[in-house]
Amino acid sequence: MNWSLIVWNALYTGINAAAAGYCLVASGLNVHVGYTGLLNFGQAGFAAVGAYAFAIPVATYGWEWYWALPLVFVASILFALLLGLPTLRLRADYLAIVTIAAAEIVRFFLNSVRFTWLTGGSDGRNQFTGFFQDLNPLENNARYKLGAQSIDGYRLFMLFVGWGLVALIALLVWALMRSPWGRVLKSIREDEDAARALGKNVLMFKMQSLILGGLIGSLGGLILSSQQQSAQSGQFATTLTFFCFTIIVLGGLGRVKGPIVGTIIFFFLIQLIDNTLEQATRRDKIPEWLVDQNNYGQIKFVVAGLALAALVVFRPQGIFGDRREQVFDVR
Amino acid sequence: MSVDTTSVFAGVTPEPGAAKPDPILVADSVRRQFGGLVAVDVIHAEIQRNQITALIGPNGAGKTTFFNLLTGFDEPDGGTWTFDGHSVGGTSAYKVARLGMVRTFQLTKSLARLSVLENMRLGAGSQRGERLFAGPFRWLWRGQEQDITERADELLARFRLDQMRDEFAGNLSGGQRKLLEMARALMTDPTLIMLDEPMAGVNPALKQSLLDHIKQLKDEGRTVLFVEHDMDMVHEISDWVLVMAEGRLIAEGTAAQISGNQQVIDAYLGAHHDVDLGAMDDQEAMEKLGLDADDLGVEALAHIGETARGVGEPEGSA
Repeated sequence: MNWSLIVWNALYTGINAAAAGYCLVASGLNVHVGYTGLLNFGQAGFAAVGAYAFAIPVATYGWEWYWALPLVFVASILFALLLGLPTLRLRADYLAIVTIAAAEIVRFFLNSVRFTWLTGGSDGRNQFTGFFQDLNPLENNARYKLGAQSIDGYRLFMLFVGWGLVALIALLVWALMRSPWGRVLKSIREDEDAARALGKNVLMFKMQSLILGGLIGSLGGLILSSQQQSAQSGQFATTLTFFCFTIIVLGGLGRVKGPIVGTIIFFFLIQLIDNTLEQATRRDKIPEWLVDQNNYGQIKFVVAGLALAALVVFRPQGIFGDRREQVFDVR
Repeated sequence: MSVDTTSVFAGVTPEPGAAKPDPILVADSVRRQFGGLVAVDVIHAEIQRNQITALIGPNGAGKTTFFNLLTGFDEPDGGTWTFDGHSVGGTSAYKVARLGMVRTFQLTKSLARLSVLENMRLGAGSQRGERLFAGPFRWLWRGQEQDITERADELLARFRLDQMRDEFAGNLSGGQRKLLEMARALMTDPTLIMLDEPMAGVNPALKQSLLDHIKQLKDEGRTVLFVEHDMDMVHEISDWVLVMAEGRLIAEGTAAQISGNQQVIDAYLGAHHDVDLGAMDDQEAMEKLGLDADDLGVEALAHIGETARGVGEPEGSA
């Protein structure tokens, strides 16, 4: 087995532009779940809104990027308001139900035949990344070596754009969460009635959190679609949300570096397991009755799921969480 | 009891809904129904400014529900009330708190995964750093944060929580959490502080200091309204007592006046607590209780009793 290729491949998957996109989506979710305690199960919806709010005007109507980019912000704020106004008064579990439904509505709409003229339907929207290509100081189609990996100039550039954005967002989240504003969010997570009793307008803070996290998620969606030069509704299925949940639990809920560490480890592990199984089945290192070449692809998620379950049992605070927080009963 | 009590309440008749010389809180026909159960039905109540008023009553009397209604944590089916001249009926909880009417909870709500100090800082009102766009820029709120921290440290020292300053609030004992919640409420600088069972779960050693804290609140010019089951505490610190039973205000007066009130004793112990019904036959007992056998359908009841015994429940319908 070619271990060096397996490990390099896994490392690259942990840090490529797609991982940066996931990391942004997870950072937004971390603002909702980790800091505010808003159980948002529809983060994929925000990512989809971000991707298509950029792709549709540019690809369908030929807008310039500097008009389309503000539309990403406007659209995700509107989506947050639409979601939040009716549901933020309700208990956390209701928010979970409504958000997951809303995200699916968005995805089905983007995928529908009737609106193919607008969204591209199942083909998605392409040719909207001219902005990034023009911005790229590297040769877009040239090949570059990254360890044992060979990637084109565009993907390498998007890798830097993606992680640069992650760094900026992490800085913003860090600055906000050490402020009194972040303190109110955390108090809402712990007990919103207590915050209310101290004169905090809980509904407004929740809405601000939903908007901020949603915006970050939308930027993630934009990076996800831009790095593969195609906005596809299938990218924004519920699995995206659940991967992001896994990522932030892995890295530690309510930690600035949680989503970053979580993303790298998550995709590294998934790819490592996947490549190892792929090579092992191809070279008959694993008995065929257990795993064969047709089904090894599913095994990585089984293993990842087991690893996550083990993590939650043995280290519930995540890799970077504070052990002290788990000493006492949270509720 | 302090001396000025007699002067403030001298002209006040000890009866439910009595008018006070300078009420800070006035409630009228406040009503809350849960299905068929009338939890609160208070026709008129006034709370005197800068005094310590106790709200007592047996379990299920509606004290906490009344608290929830007044502070905007529950919506009434009807009624109006004013606080310090503002009409606050139907106002959201956070606005009520900003007006200076701040409450604590029966089940303590300490914010477990925030440090004790952060719990305290949260209490301070109108913080610049709580605005989203000011949050990331520390220089905008740093000065104010320092003032808040200073005030928080003073209060923590007063409540003897200063050595716990940097602990997570979740690591405090039950009694310390009660103290923390009270101290945190004081960070808002309330005019009226409403304490829901401040003594529940507090160990006896801590009780005396908690009592002193509450008395001190009055000396600072604040008004205190508290719900409590601990009668010693009610006697020791309250200037005036309101008694609720089955959602209604049934009596008012000083602690001394209340303890002799037959209605209050009845409410707590049942109207016929001193009658041994077991020693009488059915008819005698019914007469004693002033009940009418026909009204109750006693035959039917007796029948049910037999059935129950038949099934084999030794203590049956008693």
